[in-house]
Amino acid sequence: MAWLLLENGMCFEGTRIGAPVSRMGELVFTTGMTGYMETLTDPSFFGQIVTHSFPLIGNYGTIPEDAEGESALFGYVVREMCDNPSNFRSSGTLNEYLKERGIPGLCGVDTREIVRVTREEGVMNAMICDTVPEDLSALRSFRVRNAVPSVTCPRKTVYPAAGKERFRVALMDYGAKRNLIRSLQKRGCSVTAWPASTDAQSVLAENPDGILLSNGPGDPRENEACVAQIRNLLGKKPMMGVCLGHQMTALAMGGETVKLKYGHRGGNQPVRDLKSGRTWITSQNHGYAVVAESLLDAGEVTFVNANDGSCEGMDYHGWNCFTVQFHPEACPGPQDTGFLFDRFIHMMEGREPTVAPVGRSPKAKGR
Amino acid sequence: MPKDRSIRKALVIGSGPIVIGQAAEFDYAGAQACRVLKAEGVNVVLVNSNPATIMTDQHLADEIYLEPLGAATLRRIIEKERPDGLLAGLGGQTALTLAMLLSRDGTLEEFGVRLLGSPMEAIEKAEDRQLFRDTMERIGQPCVPSETAEDIKTALSAAQRIGYPVIVRPAYTLGGSGGGIAGNEAEMREMARAGLDASPIRQILVEKCIAGWKEIEFETMRDAAGNAIAVCSMENVDPVGIHTGDSVVVAPALTLSDREVQMLRTASLRMIEALGIIGGCNCQFALNPDSFEYAVIEVNPRVSRSSALASKATGYPIAKISTRIALGYTLDELTNDITGKTCACFEPALDYVVVKVPKWPFDKFQGTSRRLGTQMKATGEVMAIGQRFEEALMKAIRGAEIGLDSLDAPALSGASVRERLAAQDDHRLFTIFEAIRNGLSVDEIHAITRIDHFFLDKLKGMADLEREVQIRGLTAKRYARMKRMGYPDTAISRLSGERRLPGWRYSYKMVDTCGAEFAAQTPYFYSCTDGACESRALRRSGRPVVMVLGSGPIRIGQGIEFDYSSVHCVWTLREMGFDTVIVNNNPETVSTDYDTADRLYFEPLTPEDVMGIIEAEKPIGVVVAFGGQTAIRLARYLDGHGIPILGTSAESIDIAEDRERFDRLLERFGIRRPRGWAVRSMEEAVQAAERLGYPVLLRPSYVIGGQNMSISRSREQTVAYMERILAGGIENPVLVDQYLPGIELEVDVISDGKDVLIPGIMEHIERAGVHSGDSIAVYPPYNLTDRFTRVICESSEKLALALGTRGLVNIQYLIYHDKLYVIEVNPRASRTVPYISKVTGVPMADIASHVMLGAKLADLGYGTGLVRTPPYVAIKVPVFSFEKLSDANSILGPEMKSTGEVLGIGKTIPEALFKGLTAAGLAVPAIPKGSGVLLSVEESDEGEIPSLAVRFHDLGLRLYATAGTASVIEERGVPVVSVPNATESDEISRLMEDGTIHCIIYTGAVRDATVGDYIALHRRAMQLGIPCLTSLDTAGALADMMRSRFNAENTELVDLNHMRA
Repeated sequence: MAWLLLENGMCFEGTRIGAPVSRMGELVFTTGMTGYMETLTDPSFFGQIVTHSFPLIGNYGTIPEDAEGESALFGYVVREMCDNPSNFRSSGTLNEYLKERGIPGLCGVDTREIVRVTREEGVMNAMICDTVPEDLSALRSFRVRNAVPSVTCPRKTVYPAAGKERFRVALMDYGAKRNLIRSLQKRGCSVTAWPASTDAQSVLAENPDGILLSNGPGDPRENEACVAQIRNLLGKKPMMGVCLGHQMTALAMGGETVKLKYGHRGGNQPVRDLKSGRTWITSQNHGYAVVAESLLDAGEVTFVNANDGSCEGMDYHGWNCFTVQFHPEACPGPQDTGFLFDRFIHMMEGREPTVAPVGRSPKAKGR
Repeated sequence: MPKDRSIRKALVIGSGPIVIGQAAEFDYAGAQACRVLKAEGVNVVLVNSNPATIMTDQHLADEIYLEPLGAATLRRIIEKERPDGLLAGLGGQTALTLAMLLSRDGTLEEFGVRLLGSPMEAIEKAEDRQLFRDTMERIGQPCVPSETAEDIKTALSAAQRIGYPVIVRPAYTLGGSGGGIAGNEAEMREMARAGLDASPIRQILVEKCIAGWKEIEFETMRDAAGNAIAVCSMENVDPVGIHTGDSVVVAPALTLSDREVQMLRTASLRMIEALGIIGGCNCQFALNPDSFEYAVIEVNPRVSRSSALASKATGYPIAKISTRIALGYTLDELTNDITGKTCACFEPALDYVVVKVPKWPFDKFQGTSRRLGTQMKATGEVMAIGQRFEEALMKAIRGAEIGLDSLDAPALSGASVRERLAAQDDHRLFTIFEAIRNGLSVDEIHAITRIDHFFLDKLKGMADLEREVQIRGLTAKRYARMKRMGYPDTAISRLSGERRLPGWRYSYKMVDTCGAEFAAQTPYFYSCTDGACESRALRRSGRPVVMVLGSGPIRIGQGIEFDYSSVHCVWTLREMGFDTVIVNNNPETVSTDYDTADRLYFEPLTPEDVMGIIEAEKPIGVVVAFGGQTAIRLARYLDGHGIPILGTSAESIDIAEDRERFDRLLERFGIRRPRGWAVRSMEEAVQAAERLGYPVLLRPSYVIGGQNMSISRSREQTVAYMERILAGGIENPVLVDQYLPGIELEVDVISDGKDVLIPGIMEHIERAGVHSGDSIAVYPPYNLTDRFTRVICESSEKLALALGTRGLVNIQYLIYHDKLYVIEVNPRASRTVPYISKVTGVPMADIASHVMLGAKLADLGYGTGLVRTPPYVAIKVPVFSFEKLSDANSILGPEMKSTGEVLGIGKTIPEALFKGLTAAGLAVPAIPKGSGVLLSVEESDEGEIPSLAVRFHDLGLRLYATAGTASVIEERGVPVVSVPNATESDEISRLMEDGTIHCIIYTGAVRDATVGDYIALHRRAMQLGIPCLTSLDTAGALADMMRSRFNAENTELVDLNHMRA
């Protein structure tokens, strides 16, 4: 018997899975019905306790080749954990995987109720524990800190292109998912992943054909140094930003970000493409969003969330840069927006028409 | 894109009668479509020959034609109504095929009718095997290696090239009629012949057999702007080789990793884009379980049974959104009804598991092969929602009404478990469970069944838990574990031996399309074992709550009619200001639409499940009268637990069912009934039959649809019957009645305890002995004297009042030798409620609902006594599904065999009969002069043959008859060609095949020895489209109809909403 204790004092009883340790984290939920392997290994979940709203987890076991990185999440909550997985690629049970990586978890929990409470009260801190502490002050004061430095690659790493190399892309690794790299590799790009702390000069010194700003965990505003380097990279090379990369580009352009009440996590978020009029089903995993109004002069909003109208993508004309909040690399989730990588390739080919810059130059606003 | 305003009037084509492969799901889809169209201000013209549907209700369309669904009739309706658009994607294969015919013959173009939804090009690309393959090839989607063939020789060489085993699929058929797997050339020859005959265009597909691969489906939607979504993935527990309609299905897919799911989802969206689909589309795949190799099986460019299942499984209203898309809306401008604020262009996230279990008609067709294959055999299905696979499965099993509350089922035969596992029949799930308990390894079971380990391991877990409880006894912890696995208390008691269980307080969670990410507006619930209950937490209106029990899965004898009545009851109660709750587990129906009642509980209709909901809802009463026998069966239990039964009391229901109590009642009023006794043993039965004199009618009490009802003509037959019944164990006695072959009449009555309203009396064309559901029923009666009409009304009033009915009661009468007998009284809504309501304009279910809650008939405005008859004749004609059960005995008898019905409305009996028979698919009116009719009747019918022969002869038909029958005809001086019996030579087959014989009239075959001959003959006749009539009364009606010279061009098109007064 173990507990998931929420900072509002609510308690959910469950059975331990994974590592037998107590851990605090930010409690979030994802509604994806498949893709727990990708979720577990997505570095963007650093500092968080992830709850799956889908009740059956572990059905197809662990599949190492589907890993998106090193697991960085702090806890894992599911309703039912499958002990007898079945899939031709399965290499073991998920429970073993969690244990090996020291990730504590709970099963047998009313996960729908957790989602409902989170939806009503907003994201909260929570802890997985065997005994419920009297004093919740430590839990209440928990903050996800030092997120990007914890998950970025320790040193420069080169990934060769699949087939003939057409372009060389510099990837700013803030906690990049492997499929970002794979998506470029299969389009003929070699990818050089740089630690998040790398300065712009070092990156540009290798004269890459394009720069990809990756996804990553935490509050974008925590990464002032990264934002400053993005400012130095902007306009120098074709640039694409994903998720945290999108948020930090907005900050670099003088925009603002806000924390969402309970984020967007799952594989069914509709995003309206304002240019084509199409709406795409996207894979998402973020707790912060760019405030479109803060970027009126700096760029053009290209995508909005069709449910809550939040900003899902920006074009920075003249800076040869576009960014999206959702995950075109999918994994997990729908692959419908993979064409954005093709757009990035077009930019590197010089085929994307350059639009005269509008508005002011990128500079920090306020902070 | 905003709505297309040029569409002011739309023609909607329904799917016609319920047959295997096309059931209530299209009434659900059609009713949603009509409601959307009306809400959008579009004038709706509806055509559907099926009177039992909700979509043909007065207020769902502006013009309603209960006319035969043929191209000629539709053309006339188009000419008369001049619609701007045609919506054909919601009426199943029937409507789609008609739209293709109307497009090809130029009708649509001539009258400027636009096809709404998917364009004709898309439909043809999806439906034509070759066009489809070409399209898939163009976009690089792998199809199963296959070739089309239009003759046997080509088919054989194709099979040779592809390599055996191969699957044969006839083109343009529904439910895979006529298809199958051929393992060698001999089998292929037979299969190809059957397949070619089954296809209306004589084309078959010969396909590589990929049996054993996983079968995965995606329900997709696409709009004209190109937005596309996958609403739901579904995984067949039974691998490829068993029709998806006959498979246990789970949603979402449970054994696929994200990579596999996304691979197939992306393929689906590419496919519907390449086809140009606008609206809903079902995509089916086969997936190699050991690699990423997959193949596209097929697409259905329309809403389907699977889309109804997906709608109920996710809460996403596919038919409704498809209709809006057909009107020009794009997905992104529509709102998700469930949340009321998010976008409809999204993909539902489930936070539960859905299991669908089919309902098969094998209980009705003794001796029919129960092997499942590529040809669908199920008549209906149940769906269950749970937080675990096991929980949902257990709910589905006990909700399927197959007499089981767990996976423990007696074996179907004495064969070994391994043999039975390989038999691939409807019992396979239970056989697997038995095998696990007997110690067979999951690997071995997998090797035989190819069912994924995931599911087998789940079953093993259940078997292990059962064993643990059996050996180590029940503890509070084990009880909780069993409840979480979905075990009902009855099963737990049986397994543990504990008679007193603590009971479980169920909680209810919402189906909300979004895994609780957003607050939902629509209270659609399922039970679970968690603590947090969203139903109890829901703010109530404070109005009194009334619970209506639905009718469960569609089966022979209890079909869509009961859903019609349940839904009407709910609507009426809502209008009356009650807070309504419906409980049902059939995903195909309107009753389980999330906005039919104030709250929907998608749950099995068993005592424990219903009591759980009652505890959460605290209704002032429960309505059992509209849910067929499923709901009636619960009356006694609920009454015993102090739950008020609204309307007729449980006590009255019992009197009507209890032989002795009922007889005493009849005696009191001097009403006759065929003499008979209730018996419980072999000796009693034989004795009773002998005292009455053969033939006698044998049947169990408390059943619907004449299940196990049989006419016995000898002691041997009585013994055989009783042996079969006693072997199954009987809870209620068997009734042995005198069999009187008289005229059968049926009356639906509404009583408020003081007054009685009789909406209508129906007369059956077939004499007693043919089940009322299989009889052609004529309203108003065509040869009932005023005296008998009066006597029937008086008797009906007396019976209704004496039984203390509050609401509907259905009474069946018999007139034999000028005397009136009561055969049966059913104190509940009957199969004929929708039909009579529509024809008379008396909304019977609505009135009955008012009465049940205390209203007086005198105050409701429909008067009392017999309702005046309208200036029309309405004839209900049964429709059968023997094409799907080709080895079933189609001879009509006291056990019901039809799956659906159509209605013919005309000024005269011949006109109505013409429409009814045509709508039922009897192609007889097209029989030209000089065509042949084959007559073969049993001895007892020979007396009636000469007059019938004369009538056919006078119509210019040539008569063929088997020896005995021929000699009787010859004696009368009518020319007839004598042919040898089917067993003696294949002369009859030859005459059918060369087009000499166009119709067969065959009676007898009640003796086992001749049943086989008849079944073979009938099967060949079906393949060739030759009607087979098994009652001389039906044949007589056919002769009358032919004489009247009606055809599809000269009948009156009757608009139900604008009938002559």
